[in-house]
Amino acid sequence: MIKLSLPVTEEDVRKLKTGDEVYLDGNLVTGRDRVHERVVADKIMPEVSLKNGAVFHAGPIVRGDEATGFETLAIGPTTSMRMEKLEADFIRETGVRIIIGKGGMGPSTAAACKKYGAVHLMFAGGAAVLAASKVALTYGVKWADLGMPEAMWLMKVKNFGPLIVTVDASGENLFEKNKALFAAAKEAALKKYL
Amino acid sequence: MDGLKENFINKVASFIDYLSKHLPDDAVARLKEMSEAESVPRAKVMYECMLRNLRLADETDRPVCQDTGLIQFFVKVGTRFKLIDSLEECLKEAVCRAYLSAPLRPNAVEYPSEKNTLTDVGEGVPYIEYELIPGSDKLDMTIYLAGGGAALPGKAAVFPPGAGFEAVARFVADAMVEKGVNACPPLVVGIGIAGCMATAAKLAKRAALREIPSSNPRSEIAEQEKVLEKILDETAIGPQGAGGSASVMAVNMECACHHPSSLGVAVQFGCWAHRRGRIVFDGGLNAEVLSHGGFKS
Repeated sequence: MIKLSLPVTEEDVRKLKTGDEVYLDGNLVTGRDRVHERVVADKIMPEVSLKNGAVFHAGPIVRGDEATGFETLAIGPTTSMRMEKLEADFIRETGVRIIIGKGGMGPSTAAACKKYGAVHLMFAGGAAVLAASKVALTYGVKWADLGMPEAMWLMKVKNFGPLIVTVDASGENLFEKNKALFAAAKEAALKKYL
Repeated sequence: MDGLKENFINKVASFIDYLSKHLPDDAVARLKEMSEAESVPRAKVMYECMLRNLRLADETDRPVCQDTGLIQFFVKVGTRFKLIDSLEECLKEAVCRAYLSAPLRPNAVEYPSEKNTLTDVGEGVPYIEYELIPGSDKLDMTIYLAGGGAALPGKAAVFPPGAGFEAVARFVADAMVEKGVNACPPLVVGIGIAGCMATAAKLAKRAALREIPSSNPRSEIAEQEKVLEKILDETAIGPQGAGGSASVMAVNMECACHHPSSLGVAVQFGCWAHRRGRIVFDGGLNAEVLSHGGFKS
């Protein structure tokens, strides 16, 4: 088990290997499809710096408003692969080092992780209350015009995990490897039972 | 009538609210069983997260998953059910109320403007499927919170009938390995066989909503369900697609006769957070919840 505090250093991130179990402390932001599009396609940079930070592929249920304060009720990860087309550019543009989501990511993200020193971590999909229990504070929202799931929520997390490294900064990719294993196992099973 | 209606809407709304925060008893039992049987360490960690999440959702009265889905009603309604004429209106209103009380995530998005309706109600949403029970005054309703992730790998196709079970098995296994990994396994797999794509898809959904465990009443179909379960488990996708010794909570098939020249096949997946509930109203509109022992109205 590895504990990391945000913001992280390139050195912290380069030490991680696929399969490692990680717990995070510190500030992160949420960002899914529309946040990625805004940064990469529309070339609008977020007001908060993501340099050496973490982006969580998640669309939470949040209660409250700016005046009374926010509370994150549920925040499970969404499928990271949806961001595959834009993630490499997102890493380059923002300097983000930790990407958190559901499942794994593809070759383009893995190449960017290697080049810029970043990793992808998975959290159990659907375990939204467990993840929310690790959010110590939801201290703001940017791009609220995108709607609750798609907006960029600003959060402080404590002991956020278990997070499993699926892509490390050497470009190793756990889910790509698994994909080949699952496909081979499927063929073997079809042959065995049919 | 207005008092009856109001009471009915509130009961349905409070059940939807509860449903977003609790899995049905059969799904919880199945997940516990799979967790205990699992031997791969990383898979065990994933099951622990999932089961802990269910406990926390109950303790803190929060939705199990942030994706509270699009709400779907599978309704068996007696032709003499008191509120039959206003059923759709009542169900829509119940969704609006549950959306505020739970709260549910606003998930109804208009096409192609991509505008969120912000009520979880909109064109065709909630989805309501009706079956009529002639002469009855009862309402038997299965409600499902259909998340986006588990909808993504769904697939339908039409094969020449000669392709048979082999084509069906390959079709389902391919869909599961290609995209099921991201649909929050262990998965509930519903398969429909019928004359065309649309009828097969409808049956696939019904199959995915069957009780766990259950078998098709026809023994030759039940046999195919078992074979498919073995095949899908042996893909070793495991919980959360991170690898494991079992991958499915259930594999259910529902069949209709097909045309001599076409075999429609559809597969519908459900994530582990299987928010499916069943509520029955009698002629006096008294409700009984059959899926969740812990529900108090």
